[in-house]
Amino acid sequence: MVPRLKIFQCVSGRSIFRTLELDLRLLGMIGAFVVICLVFNIATDGRFLTPRNLFNLSVQTASVAVMATGMVFVIVTRHIDLSVGSMLGFIGMTVAFLQVQILPDIFGFGHSAIWIIATLAAILMGACLGAAQGWIIGYLTVPAFIVTLGGFLVYRGAMWWVTKGQTQAPLDDRFRLMGGGAEGTLGETLSWGLGGCAAVAAVLLILNSRRRKIGHGFKVKPVWAEGILAAMTAGIIIGFVWIMNSYPVPDGAMRRIMTAQGLEWNGDIAWNHGVAIPVVILIVVTIAMTILASRTRFGRYVYATGGNPEATKLSGINTRLLTVKVFALMGALTGISAVIASARLNAVDVGLGTLDELRVIAAAVIGGTALSGGFGTIYGAVIGALIMQTLISGMASVGVDAPLQSIAVGLVLVLAVWIDIVYRRKTGVS
Amino acid sequence: MVNHPEPPLVELNDISISFGGIKAVDHVCVDLYPGEVVGLLGHNGAGKSTLIKCLSGAYQMDSGEIRINGDKVNIQTPRDARAYNIETIYQTLALADNLDAASNLFLGREITTTAGFVDDVTMEVETRKIMARLNPNFQNFTSPVSALSGGQRQSVAIARAVYFNARILIMDEPTAALGPQETRMVADLIQELKCQGLGIFLIDHDVHQVKALCDRAAVMKNGTLVGCVDVDAVSTDDILAMIIAGKKPGKKPGHVAV
Repeated sequence: MVPRLKIFQCVSGRSIFRTLELDLRLLGMIGAFVVICLVFNIATDGRFLTPRNLFNLSVQTASVAVMATGMVFVIVTRHIDLSVGSMLGFIGMTVAFLQVQILPDIFGFGHSAIWIIATLAAILMGACLGAAQGWIIGYLTVPAFIVTLGGFLVYRGAMWWVTKGQTQAPLDDRFRLMGGGAEGTLGETLSWGLGGCAAVAAVLLILNSRRRKIGHGFKVKPVWAEGILAAMTAGIIIGFVWIMNSYPVPDGAMRRIMTAQGLEWNGDIAWNHGVAIPVVILIVVTIAMTILASRTRFGRYVYATGGNPEATKLSGINTRLLTVKVFALMGALTGISAVIASARLNAVDVGLGTLDELRVIAAAVIGGTALSGGFGTIYGAVIGALIMQTLISGMASVGVDAPLQSIAVGLVLVLAVWIDIVYRRKTGVS
Repeated sequence: MVNHPEPPLVELNDISISFGGIKAVDHVCVDLYPGEVVGLLGHNGAGKSTLIKCLSGAYQMDSGEIRINGDKVNIQTPRDARAYNIETIYQTLALADNLDAASNLFLGREITTTAGFVDDVTMEVETRKIMARLNPNFQNFTSPVSALSGGQRQSVAIARAVYFNARILIMDEPTAALGPQETRMVADLIQELKCQGLGIFLIDHDVHQVKALCDRAAVMKNGTLVGCVDVDAVSTDDILAMIIAGKKPGKKPGHVAV
């Protein structure tokens, strides 16, 4: 009788969460996301939770979410970056100019080198601009707020200068794939393949970590808890792929794709979208940044600096150089976002990236990054970006006026941070 | 005086450092032999912490020289100091509050896997080992150190200094935040490390503790060295007179401490 009693105790109430060792904040954010989705779904008579809308939502989230992962490091080290929106515009305009005006003359129109050069140029440009800002902040000790506020103005002006304000369009065909759309996806088969691999990899990682802990005699979760966790992780991955694979490519796009391949389309084949390429980019960035944050010395020093800059310096860590690296990384990610954002719109005008810095900061903060430094997670920032985009898209689909949308997002930001503060106080994490 | 056959472990010769025109440390000379504990005493602002921060690499001295085992060395950063096996327990403990004990212990010197990733499991195993030796009551290895008590935080800071085979240990008021039992543990540890041949600089305000733990006491006042005395050769009052009045015992013949 005793064993059964024990199982019963484990399963009762909130101890489930404790046994699963799930992050309560993560659960809270996912819960908020689900609630928001359900509310909009009811308000739109079931038009919100459709594969089509969720696909669009995932694509719209990508650009801000990629930058938000970098903003986590910036804010964790007690800095801020107000320049990312302008920098995104400047980079977007420069690489658009590059692929519309310069590269076709060198390689010929539609050459496959164009998108590669444009993408690398965007990332490199971002890294250089970011490193320059980081150097001023780290070595000349000008506050990040001021340096990036300056950058905010400089890049917006420089962006105009690149083309004297002319909109650059259309962009290179291959480059545009990184913005999503009917063509810019993995397609059904590849989506299933990658989703399956990712699910298997996630389960293997969980098992491997468990084996290592047992090997050292550390306490591990009970088998059933680990099983639930692994099943949930795999389920979310497969579920996401399944939804993306349930969104059929519309007739017009279908005809366009078939014609491009030299085929006739008369409605007899139906394709589904699959996971969008910008979302794949976001997933890769999220995984890379998570590894960087939790498994490398660089990430350890970023968090240590946020917790106690003086102690980190006394531990022999070059915190000035660290600042340069953090801002260079932020810049490189802004470059990636610039590619996604410009490719999605297939044009760059002088307004590209306006107010993005605030969306990015808000995403990181909603995701639990503390402005006082030291705390913040990559996945939190991505979910934060998703929640914000869900709110904006949802309100637009319900028909809320644009000014009211801003008011709502602003209130949600303050509410989220207040909840976070209360949560920290309750759990004793300062 | 004790006869030392070997050269001093550390020689701080004629060290000066000033901040904005104020001479925080003014031509101070102190040395330290292996297996010796030298107490640094003085009022707040006397320059004790500033002096040892030149040795630990936190500050760069304006003039003077540092010799280790008789060789002149150049210590510009905390990393340089660590390379000479100089470990420091700072008064503020210098812990990153948001990280756990193992991350703090190995901060700047993480154990990495062959792939170059930080090896948290191995670091926790090592932390458990050293903590089992230093403070068997310490059990909280997963919480951030902000959740620990003052004594436990002190244990982490001490473990960090001891783990990496220090030869020269600087302790800046290591018992200031501790209760009587933990203070005794630190005292025992100092004795043990001393027997292992480490040289220890101990900054402390408690004259009795210095008398009990140290071999010599160097007293500073207003940035200058009042004197360096053998603790067994002077009384507590003599040391107090040095701290308060800046009087070196025996300088004025006929003067007797009351």
